[in-house]
Amino acid sequence: MKTLNLVQAVNDALAVALEAHDDVVLLGEDIGRFGGVFRATAGLRERFGEERVIDTPLSEAGIIGTAVGMALYGLKPVPEIQFSDFIYPGFDHIVNELAKYRYRSGGQFPCPVTIRTPVGGGIRGGHYHSQSPEAYFIHTPGLVVVCPSTPRDAKGLLLASIRSPDPVLFLEPKPIYRKAVGEVPEGDFEVPLGQARVVREGGDVTLIAWGAMVSLCEEAAARIAPSGVECTIIDPRTLWPLDIDTIADAVSATGRCIIVHEAPRTCGFGAELAALVQERCFLHLEAPIRRVTGWDTPFPYTLEHAYLPSVERVLDAVEATIAF
Amino acid sequence: MAKTEQAATCDAEATEQVGREKLRGFLQQMQLIRRFEERAAREYASGRISGFCHLYIGQEGVAVGALGALEPRDHVITAYRDHGHALLRGCTPRAVMAELMGKVTGAARGRGGSMHMFNPEQRFHGGHGIVGGHIPLATGFAFASAYEQRGDVTLCFFGEGAMNQGAFYESLNLASLWNLPAVYVIENNQYAMGTPLSRASAISDLAMKATAFGMEGEVVDGMDVTLVNACIARAAKRAREEHRPTLIEARCYRFRGHSMSDPAKYRTKDEVDERKAHDPITLATHTLLERKWASEDEVKGWDDEAKDAAADAAEFAADSPQPSLSDLGRYVYAEPLSWRLDDAMTPHVREEG
Repeated sequence: MKTLNLVQAVNDALAVALEAHDDVVLLGEDIGRFGGVFRATAGLRERFGEERVIDTPLSEAGIIGTAVGMALYGLKPVPEIQFSDFIYPGFDHIVNELAKYRYRSGGQFPCPVTIRTPVGGGIRGGHYHSQSPEAYFIHTPGLVVVCPSTPRDAKGLLLASIRSPDPVLFLEPKPIYRKAVGEVPEGDFEVPLGQARVVREGGDVTLIAWGAMVSLCEEAAARIAPSGVECTIIDPRTLWPLDIDTIADAVSATGRCIIVHEAPRTCGFGAELAALVQERCFLHLEAPIRRVTGWDTPFPYTLEHAYLPSVERVLDAVEATIAF
Repeated sequence: MAKTEQAATCDAEATEQVGREKLRGFLQQMQLIRRFEERAAREYASGRISGFCHLYIGQEGVAVGALGALEPRDHVITAYRDHGHALLRGCTPRAVMAELMGKVTGAARGRGGSMHMFNPEQRFHGGHGIVGGHIPLATGFAFASAYEQRGDVTLCFFGEGAMNQGAFYESLNLASLWNLPAVYVIENNQYAMGTPLSRASAISDLAMKATAFGMEGEVVDGMDVTLVNACIARAAKRAREEHRPTLIEARCYRFRGHSMSDPAKYRTKDEVDERKAHDPITLATHTLLERKWASEDEVKGWDDEAKDAAADAAEFAADSPQPSLSDLGRYVYAEPLSWRLDDAMTPHVREEG
């Protein structure tokens, strides 16, 4: 075990993958010489060569489309999109090609690309550097969507993603790149895709959160515990395909459910989670499922504190749900 | 188009270069594609093929000449008008027709249809329905080939309409920047659906765009299978030996509408008739007959074989089964979807089978 922050854990996973597999290549804007805008790839070009840690032009459709071709040929490309807000020029290549290749070739062409991209607000980044686009990709059949909340999960899930036979959108919560610090196993290690993590167990209410929202929920749970309200916290880790059983078991046990995410509320992943939970847990529910989310506005600059879920907003939701 | 307007035969020098055996083969391949597509049109009219169906009739010289210049190890990827390329790259007429009808015996196991022909054995990476969307994929194949130092070449076909997409620019820039073994072939059939090139592109000499990427560009008469063959052979050699990409504009013409639902009223009958006088099949036929490289009986015999193959394909496809309802979730992920599709099998649906 060693103590790493989340971005160091990502770097560690990439180094392990490059070491273990000759067919793994990284490509992206300023990931080589510069080491990545968040330093996620720092030192990798020096260690593994510029043929495997490739600086690209500013060319998101080119990066993602080229990665699709590389994967069809037999490589395991790991493109980085510098900010997830920049992913949209490559959206067609994700939605129409990457996600659908296996299906539309009748299973003949798997397309194992892992796209890494930082998500989330709270860094005063404003509209172009703060968004959480997970719902677009969860809505796209054929994609696996992953979002770690701890350094340990970041390393283990990234290695599992790179080795997955399916294409993965690996969303890295950038506000906690350095804030999330924890013990990480050394060397090669995987966290299986498709398994949720029970972060905390309590009998009164289940909070579902991922990425940077997990630690926020932990803080809220710790603050309300002295008043006798105990929270379960579930981090799905793999947002899709979802570990619905773990979530349904938890909500059935507590009878109350709150979903917390940064993305706008309407048609956010919380809406789908709420629908799934009511399908599975209808007779166990003691209160309506609540959502604590970003608002249906563009991501604000100076008002981001009002836009993002806060400990206070989670506490208010917990109290309202308990009091219902 | 200067040359074809004067000549009813293929270019003499290129014909010599291609030689008797290859040209005989090229004609047979073009006949197969033509007869196959005519049969597909009939099957579409009868309702056995649904959805969208883009025929390759008139453009056969491009795919046949180009793929005739490749090695089996090379990679091929194309746009949505893909039946001809598929037939040339190892998909049987039966597999292509079955895919058109959405049957499990199809080239994509009935999951795609007209724009979704694939054959991994012969490195045919399929048709693609988003205009220009597949061009960066070709750059990726070429990158992987260079990375693995395999020496194979990637040939990417797209229409002149695709050139105005951003993905075209990004892909060719990367290919030239990274010295990749790729050949990009514009099949300029003059119309992006109903929009003529003059109303869509600021320049008419499309190969000039190669200059912007610092790569070689070449224009070729796409109605002359021998010229296409010679041109692609040069570009493939450049890719294989010098690791440099090439952009080629193959000027051609489709004799039918954009798709089965397009009566092509945006062009005159005179224009179409003039182009049909330079049908790639007629040019190759005249060349073979004039040089006594084939007899009229032989040409007729090959044509009959092509018709028979198309008819056999249609019969086979019509008799093949559709994918079953229980296979709805297959091929979405490596592991079939399970719980997410439980709702699909409600009692009434189950009864219907």
